[in-house]
Amino acid sequence: MSEQTAKPLFDLNLTDEQQLMRDTVRRFAQTELRPIARKADEAAAAPSGIYEKTLELGFNAVQIPEALGGFGAPRSPISNMLLIEDLAWGDMSLAIGALSALSFINTVLDQGNESQQAKLLARFTEESFQAAAIALTEPGARFDPRRLKTKAAKRGHDGYVLLGEKTLVPFASDAAQLLVIAELEGQGPTAFAIDPKQAGVTVTTESYMGLRPLALGRVKLDNVEVPLDAKLGGDKPFDLDRLLDLTRIGSAALAVGTCQAILDYVKDYCNERVAFGEPISNRQSVAFMIADIAIELDGLRLLTYRAASRAEQGLSFKREAYLAQLQAADKGMKIATDGVQLLGGHGFIREHMVELWYRNLRAVSLLEGVLSV
Amino acid sequence: MINLELPEQLDGLQQLMHAVAQNVLRPVSRKYDTQEHDVPTELSVLDRRPKPGQAAAAAKQRPEPGVKQPNKNGQNMQSVTSIQEMCWGDVGLMLSIPGQGLGNAAINAVATPEQKERFGTCYASMAITEPASGSDSGSISATAVLDGDEWVLNGEKIFVTAGDRCDTVVMWATVDKSKGKAAIKSFVIPKGTPGMEVVKLEHKLGIRASDTATILFTNCRIPKDNILGSPEVREGGKREGFGKVMQTFDNTRPGVAAMSIGCARAALDLTEELLKKEGYELSYDKSVWDSSAIEAELYRMEADWDAARLLVLRAAWMADNGHPNSMEASMAKAKAGRVGNAITLRCVELCGTLGYSQELLLEKWARDSKILDIFEGTQQIQQLIVARRLLNKSSAELK
Repeated sequence: MSEQTAKPLFDLNLTDEQQLMRDTVRRFAQTELRPIARKADEAAAAPSGIYEKTLELGFNAVQIPEALGGFGAPRSPISNMLLIEDLAWGDMSLAIGALSALSFINTVLDQGNESQQAKLLARFTEESFQAAAIALTEPGARFDPRRLKTKAAKRGHDGYVLLGEKTLVPFASDAAQLLVIAELEGQGPTAFAIDPKQAGVTVTTESYMGLRPLALGRVKLDNVEVPLDAKLGGDKPFDLDRLLDLTRIGSAALAVGTCQAILDYVKDYCNERVAFGEPISNRQSVAFMIADIAIELDGLRLLTYRAASRAEQGLSFKREAYLAQLQAADKGMKIATDGVQLLGGHGFIREHMVELWYRNLRAVSLLEGVLSV
Repeated sequence: MINLELPEQLDGLQQLMHAVAQNVLRPVSRKYDTQEHDVPTELSVLDRRPKPGQAAAAAKQRPEPGVKQPNKNGQNMQSVTSIQEMCWGDVGLMLSIPGQGLGNAAINAVATPEQKERFGTCYASMAITEPASGSDSGSISATAVLDGDEWVLNGEKIFVTAGDRCDTVVMWATVDKSKGKAAIKSFVIPKGTPGMEVVKLEHKLGIRASDTATILFTNCRIPKDNILGSPEVREGGKREGFGKVMQTFDNTRPGVAAMSIGCARAALDLTEELLKKEGYELSYDKSVWDSSAIEAELYRMEADWDAARLLVLRAAWMADNGHPNSMEASMAKAKAGRVGNAITLRCVELCGTLGYSQELLLEKWARDSKILDIFEGTQQIQQLIVARRLLNKSSAELK
């Protein structure tokens, strides 16, 4: 370009590094995740060793500073979003499991001070898998992240005490660290790093319609005492909006990957399935449903990419993240229910994947605070 | 690097066109909706026709295949950006700007340099549809017969946008009905040619500012080299004749999709402005379920609108970068067409009697938007195109 422009060109090309990563992750999702997705769902547990395997992809260390043993690459919501999309194509639950620690890392990088980063992140550059998660959601029919029931209070001069209950927490008791979002008296929503094994924490495993391999947990915090430096960001107030917005992009990316899996699956199925003497995809009522899946999926994908790209460029992205997540919940569920419909009775039995994707996609509307890009 | 924001230059173009729409189109929007068939003389300042000599220079640059090109935001993105903003002003008036229509697109796409010299500065409409042939444009029955140095044209064409006001008509006819699609060719006929007559102007639901004509061809004679493309009928060589003219639509469909999002944006902008006065405003932070039903609907419309706009930009960007975009162009048209229509209709509903009243333009936009899900390929035709591509089906398999 002859002259420097303040704003870059519209561009849908990935960088060479992103393309390379995408090729690798897609291969991994296809060969490692998809083949075990059904078994993991039935067992309501991730097969042992699978998360260790995801470490080969090396994503946790990418953005961690070099001084802490990472690669020190800049924060990249776009790359993280692509990672979520591609792993979710393999399996949404295992993608969340594999990336829950990255979500924790992203939040600590965004909002933790230097000494907290050193303390909390070094472990993620090691070769063993370290589970971590964000605990935001609370039990009940209408959870509102702006009206947290989990409370934090100052305990003398040397710490805080946490009281409340969190739900939908990946790994829960197995996590090395949890980031609990609680209402701190006088200061609003605040994040605290806790060890789920510490006194006062009780974890029970929950059972859901989908996301079963995650063995999500209910975390009860009964006057859990944490030191002063457990409060993320020190004196700086916690930016809950940023966490919500980034995790909305994460939820949308999960939907994009899962819906792509559905599209790929129903395309093949309907081309092969013969009724009345020809493939059912020769009928407009079937073919148009598939066309609409593709159209809505691409619209959703572009909304999600735009939100991530705005986040990466430091532009405001609240509106875009909100719309991406809303569209992901609406269109994602529509695509999933159509996916089952297209297989007819076969879609309803557990031999095919579509019923599993149907159960998982219902979660997109409630995954705020789970996967940050 | 992935970036879905417009660059400086397109931002500027968008603002400029928005101002033109606001200042030139909006003030006369209701006038020409009411005075259907009056020529909107206020539009002469927007004449899009190139000056003589400029036509040939505007020839398209095609990227070399196989060579990695730097990312481009070019002609196609400019086009959808300006169309969107002009249609935020008024769809019917935008369609009445001399030199911007389908006929010109066909000439630009297929004409030889010599033909571009002759026809490049004209105001051309496109005559395809017949009383018994709409989406199935391969079935047209208008005929062209070579007689010495002249083509003799016969047939009836309907729904010709700008058919009355244009100075030139691009008309589709078959040179041999028995040879099917391969024999369909397009011909350029200057107005005033004996045997070509505008016999009727339609009265429409919307886009009333734009004239829609029926044109009758009765032994209409034009010079032999007024045919666009080769006169030869190559059976099996679909891409040569019919396929080539149909390809014009790959370039114009994102444009019609842009019309739809422009019109829908107009409705959303006004609706949000009116509802703000009633205390409804979007904050983009609380759950849709904790919002009022009106706010929830606005959020959903914003989401659909953004998705449609991004699909349009993608299709245009692909064309600018030499990527085949037939499926993506149809995706954009399908999504934008249905979303644009749904949004304009919902906005009327949300604004109650004010929405339904002719005091404002909301009811007009709800009428205008319907055609955008119909012309240049209906919703269902777009779905068909997308489905055939996705499922790898021929038109014989997926009818």
